[in-house]
Amino acid sequence: MMRFSGLNLIAQAFSGHQSWPEQWPDKAPKAAYDVIIVGAGGHGLGAAYYLAAKYGVTNVAVIEKGWLGGGNTGRNTTIIRSNYLYDESAHLYDHAVKLWDGLSQELNYNVMYSKRGVLMLAHNVHDIQSFKRHIHANRLNGVDNEWLSPEECQAYCPPLDISPNARHPVLGGALQRRGGTARHDSVAWGYARKATALGVDIIQNCAVTGIRRGADGAVLGVETERGFIGAKKIGVSAAGNTSVVMNMAGLEFPLESYPLQALVSEPVKPIFPCVVMSNTVHAYISQSDKGELVIGAGTDQYTSYSQRGALHIIEHTLAAICEIFPIFTRMRMLRTWGGIVDVTPDRSPILGKTPVPGLYVNCGWGTGGFKATPGAADLLAHTIAHDAPHAINAPFNLDRFRNGRLIDEAAAAAVAH
Amino acid sequence: MSGYRLPAGGRINRAAPLDFTFDGRAHRGFAGDSLASALVASGQMLFGRSFKYHRPRGILGMGTEEPNALVTVDRGETGPGWGRATPNLRAPSVALYQGLDAQSQNRFPSLKFDLGAVNDRLGALFPAGFYNKTFMWPRSAWEKLYEPAIRRMAGLGASPATRDPDHYDATYAHCEVLVVGGGLAGIDAALAAAQGGSRVILIDEQEELGGGALSDQALWGEVADKAMALRRLDNVTVLTRTTAFGYYHQNFVGAVEQLTDHLAPGEAKGARERLWRIRAGEVVLAQGAIERPLVFDGNDVPGVMLSSAGRTLAVRYGVAVGRAVAVMAVHDSGWRDALALKAAGVNVVALIDLRAQVAADLVSAVRAAGIAVHLGHAVTGVSGRHGVSGITFAADGTGHSQQLAVDALLMAGGWTPTVHLWSHAKGSLRWDAGWGAYLPDVPQENCRAVGAGAGAWDLGSGLALGTLPGPKPIWQTKAFVDFQNDVKARDIDLAVREGMRSIEHIKRYTTNGMATDQGKTSNLNGLQIASGSLGRAVTDIGLTTFRPPYTPQTFGALMGHHKDALFQPIRKTVIDGWADARGAVFENVAQWRRARYFPQGGEDMHAAVARECLAVRQNVGMFDASTLGKIEVVGPDAAEFLNRMYTNPWKALAPGRCRYGLLLREDGFITDDGVSARLAPDRFHLTTTTGGAARVLAMMEDYLQTEWSDLDVWLTSTTEQWAVIAVQGPLAREVIAPLVEGIDLSREAFPHMAIREGRICGVPTRLFRVSFTGELGYEVNVPAEHGRMVWEAIHAAGQAHGITPYGTETMHVLRAEKGYVIVGQDTDGTLTPDDAGMAWAVGAKKPDFVGKRSLARPDMTAPGRKQLVGLLTEDPNEVLEEGAQIVADPAQPVPMTMLGHVTSSYHSATLGRSIAMAVIADGRARDGQVIHVPMPGRTIRARVTASTVFYDAQGSRLDV
Amino acid sequence: MLLIRCPYCEEDRPEVEFVYGGEAHIARPLDPAALSDQDWEHYLYIRRNPRGRHHERWRHTHGCGRFFNAVRDTVSDRFEQTYKAGEARR
Repeated sequence: MMRFSGLNLIAQAFSGHQSWPEQWPDKAPKAAYDVIIVGAGGHGLGAAYYLAAKYGVTNVAVIEKGWLGGGNTGRNTTIIRSNYLYDESAHLYDHAVKLWDGLSQELNYNVMYSKRGVLMLAHNVHDIQSFKRHIHANRLNGVDNEWLSPEECQAYCPPLDISPNARHPVLGGALQRRGGTARHDSVAWGYARKATALGVDIIQNCAVTGIRRGADGAVLGVETERGFIGAKKIGVSAAGNTSVVMNMAGLEFPLESYPLQALVSEPVKPIFPCVVMSNTVHAYISQSDKGELVIGAGTDQYTSYSQRGALHIIEHTLAAICEIFPIFTRMRMLRTWGGIVDVTPDRSPILGKTPVPGLYVNCGWGTGGFKATPGAADLLAHTIAHDAPHAINAPFNLDRFRNGRLIDEAAAAAVAH
Repeated sequence: MSGYRLPAGGRINRAAPLDFTFDGRAHRGFAGDSLASALVASGQMLFGRSFKYHRPRGILGMGTEEPNALVTVDRGETGPGWGRATPNLRAPSVALYQGLDAQSQNRFPSLKFDLGAVNDRLGALFPAGFYNKTFMWPRSAWEKLYEPAIRRMAGLGASPATRDPDHYDATYAHCEVLVVGGGLAGIDAALAAAQGGSRVILIDEQEELGGGALSDQALWGEVADKAMALRRLDNVTVLTRTTAFGYYHQNFVGAVEQLTDHLAPGEAKGARERLWRIRAGEVVLAQGAIERPLVFDGNDVPGVMLSSAGRTLAVRYGVAVGRAVAVMAVHDSGWRDALALKAAGVNVVALIDLRAQVAADLVSAVRAAGIAVHLGHAVTGVSGRHGVSGITFAADGTGHSQQLAVDALLMAGGWTPTVHLWSHAKGSLRWDAGWGAYLPDVPQENCRAVGAGAGAWDLGSGLALGTLPGPKPIWQTKAFVDFQNDVKARDIDLAVREGMRSIEHIKRYTTNGMATDQGKTSNLNGLQIASGSLGRAVTDIGLTTFRPPYTPQTFGALMGHHKDALFQPIRKTVIDGWADARGAVFENVAQWRRARYFPQGGEDMHAAVARECLAVRQNVGMFDASTLGKIEVVGPDAAEFLNRMYTNPWKALAPGRCRYGLLLREDGFITDDGVSARLAPDRFHLTTTTGGAARVLAMMEDYLQTEWSDLDVWLTSTTEQWAVIAVQGPLAREVIAPLVEGIDLSREAFPHMAIREGRICGVPTRLFRVSFTGELGYEVNVPAEHGRMVWEAIHAAGQAHGITPYGTETMHVLRAEKGYVIVGQDTDGTLTPDDAGMAWAVGAKKPDFVGKRSLARPDMTAPGRKQLVGLLTEDPNEVLEEGAQIVADPAQPVPMTMLGHVTSSYHSATLGRSIAMAVIADGRARDGQVIHVPMPGRTIRARVTASTVFYDAQGSRLDV
Repeated sequence: MLLIRCPYCEEDRPEVEFVYGGEAHIARPLDPAALSDQDWEHYLYIRRNPRGRHHERWRHTHGCGRFFNAVRDTVSDRFEQTYKAGEARR
């Protein structure tokens, strides 16, 4: 692995950048590995990296049916924050945020983690109560999150309309300054490059078609388009396709996969300094380093693997953006796209062991998986390496759907009265 | 100065000159011009600066494929803070109008002298993906130095910074046949469908029908005749200046029509744009094809453009792109263009073609036109920075080189059929070696492609190339593929060398095809170059997905009418106007606006609420409760149905009596509540929370229709049918008594939690004797149309008793004094009835109700669950903050163990102190214990009370 | 926007008239109390979520108000058929 640095960049410039090596080699699968990760998104590649770098397991393959980073990793609006309400969630997401900090240096790959702040807008008394509850809980959990008045919100985000006559007036906001964005592709590529340098094989264009289990029920390996590959431990990190993979092991999961769309505008000069989210109006927006406004839309109402959504969802999304930021009505939408989000009944992830020995899962992140990438990847690696969950991900088990110990952030925040 | 207006020709109206400005400089064009053609005619070849290297750029194409010539058009302010500037408009697609004010972008201080061009000098440091490789040291510099610097470089034009005075329209349309593309193929398809009797919609993005035929004078007559024929058919709708931007499920197509941007601002009337949502039986795609540029060193100098652009300028607009023009072709269409230009009066001096063999008729015709022909040659260099001053070309690109002084160079690189919409709809594609492009193959929808977009149009034949051959290795060239994003052939080569094998990786790594033209001229060239670098067939590398929109569309058009008050309808009760006139302060609750309090004489909320509360406790108050959800449940099985839905028993409830109902989701958590009345054995009047009405009705319908379809029950939403006036306080009976007919209001005849039907103020009423305040109270339900009259009558009748209107905030305080729960505030979707202290509302003997089984799950019965309790601060003047967290030990380090949080908290004027409710782990067992509420910088002490009832615990004030 | 055939109205209507109702043919147990925690979990939460043919419920909320069932391909989003509530799985 040739070190990435400004000096090397200058040195390479003199030779026309002819000597940069492959960032990750294309490998043919070996007969067997210690661990196979299914799904080469940020979560899966990261798990392989942490297995090799932190837990000493280097005989690892990441198997991907398409191209690495091509699923939700490459399709999301890259929002990073950890100001969640419940202890379990706050610890989980804050574990990720702590890893985000320093990830560029750790991977020697600039993932462009930008702590520009995530501002969540309150539009009614219920929002205020809910946000204050979050802020107080976050403070006692050591997670930064602060209340801003409407004027302070506008000072932090000048395009914001705080007119009290708006249909949904801004009554204040919760700001997490450590929140922000990162460059999504770079996260997948950075993990891929460093993981392969540590000995991990990445096998792209190789769909898993089955999971082979022994007489004792434990996994033996995966059937793929390129033949059987053995492994005593399999970590599934397949996002929207998790149900399909789990079916191969004879498991049915509490998951449904929905289309989620996002869009960007044409690039414009810097106008939008932070990330703004409004759950009441359903608007999620930031400006990329290239100048595009990056806007998250809602899910379609039906389950789908089509990676396309309906126009009326986009219409609602842009109406919401223009409601809060009326100066953007003359901006133009450049590109829309869709992903598949896997949603659990309590909208919290499932991260841990499964009833099948040797089979581990990381799924159910819904619309919010990107922010958790390093944390989820590390915890999946930990769980696989120790055959036991870390204390942080232990609550995010499958048992909670049987015993009722749900972690329902949405129910805690979104019930109107 | 190179371009100029030809003395004759074109479809412009030379009798109608139009004055306009570009970067403040005055120019003149003609009606029918685009901004691009008018500027080229006045000698302007420099249009803008590229995104990354700030290289000077002219126009590349004359259609929606244009990547370079992006401008900001300012249609003027309509007042302070209201402006109409639009960035990033493609100059070839901007219709000229009198007074048009356009500015170039991405340059400082001027278009000709741009400081950002230093990036071009340092370009070797900024190859594809450079940002991944650097800016990491020292770590702190990323946030403070590098990232701000990168972000400052972002963007092309400037975002609008003022509000938009324009408005936007939206509509639906249905047709048997939708034709997208108004060139001859599309016109023919529309005519054929219309003559068969179908309703037809024909959409084209340009000012007039004709498409590519507008650049071929020989076809003008045919276009005019057929356009006339279409106009004569009343089953055809022709939409010009309209872009079909997205093709969605089941032949649903989104299109945006430009209504006013082609007019001078003073002439513009009505909406600026209109969104068309079209559902079609069949979709015919006639989107044509887009010419490919050639990739060679210097191909981005202003004055180097697509051959088709030079032809369109000459034939359609009567504009010569230069005084001496050369054509670099690998495709026959370049030869035809050279002849067309020559015929239009443009001085074409040379035709260079990489091919050694070209159809003899073309060669002889071009030679006969006096154009020098250089077969088997390629352009290897272009001189000039702000405009072409000459070219270098050589045999096979590598042989002896020759110089030629020209001021424009046209590139004929072959054609890419436009398959965007076809691909949106998941139609499959097949590679066609002849076109060197993908063509539509098998559709998923009832759809077909015609014309050049289907590969069914004779544009001649040619080569499909990655780059033109040249003397230098690829990494020494500045041969552009994606012009706007400054992606060079060598960037794609670098991406491949760094291990990017999928075209999606190459695209994302280099940003090829991600500019505002979305790769219309760069995708195929990028594929060919990647194919060469990888040594694999183009078809092995994949194709990036085509995604809506086809061209960028304004947020406003997609927003349509959904702005300001129409963003979401606001629901108002019939009494809202009365409250508004009384100076009420409102709050939004779900979609409703509700009066929060009625300040008098400069009162703040605290003072107003204290006054309102005391009035209710001491005399009487009135409250608009009309937003409560209401459902009429009717049928012989109505009681059985409610018995299965709610936690409590309903079958034994006598007609004329009311009962508090608690509703769980199937997972056992509280979702709604309300007091409901049995009017007759087969009829109930249900109430729900304000926000829960629709959700509860949908949930009940679900169970009724799909689980218990044997039950004979009807559900009808009556939320909007009844106005509800709560009259609460010790004097409530005295206030309403004179107004009520047919109901005995005495305590004995009409007890608490009863309902009577009769009349009030002469109109029918369902009179509930219920209380959410703890006082004697009535909820007067009257048909909504009488609500305002009855409200005013009660208000008038109450004057003698000091009646006081109160709002939601006072309602909240009064109910909290009594410990009544608000679902959604004191419960949050994670509480069971027992958690909320309402085990009494669960029918223990009922074998089943919705949610019952979930209550028996292990965690739902485990110790340590959070329970709703009361809290009294040790300092009675301290009002806890709602949402504040509760701990047992305030001295513990962070992260702290939190026991729960404050759900409701108020100052109670009645009790002369603060009160609060909270959910706390094992709360009821902590009765009397002191807990701590850590706030920033201090900690508040409070005592737990197992009961949440702070006032009149015996309920004696209710039973009077 | 999908175009959905309501088997009661016998018309193809736009998706915005309908509300999705999740996986079809999951009947509420007649005696929930008799179920194990695991069986109750299965009823409440476990979903097939197939990539391909999916049996699902829709309600023609802004039309006749009726629930009905549909078979739809979750890869193409194409409806195979719709049928009335209570009819056998197809």
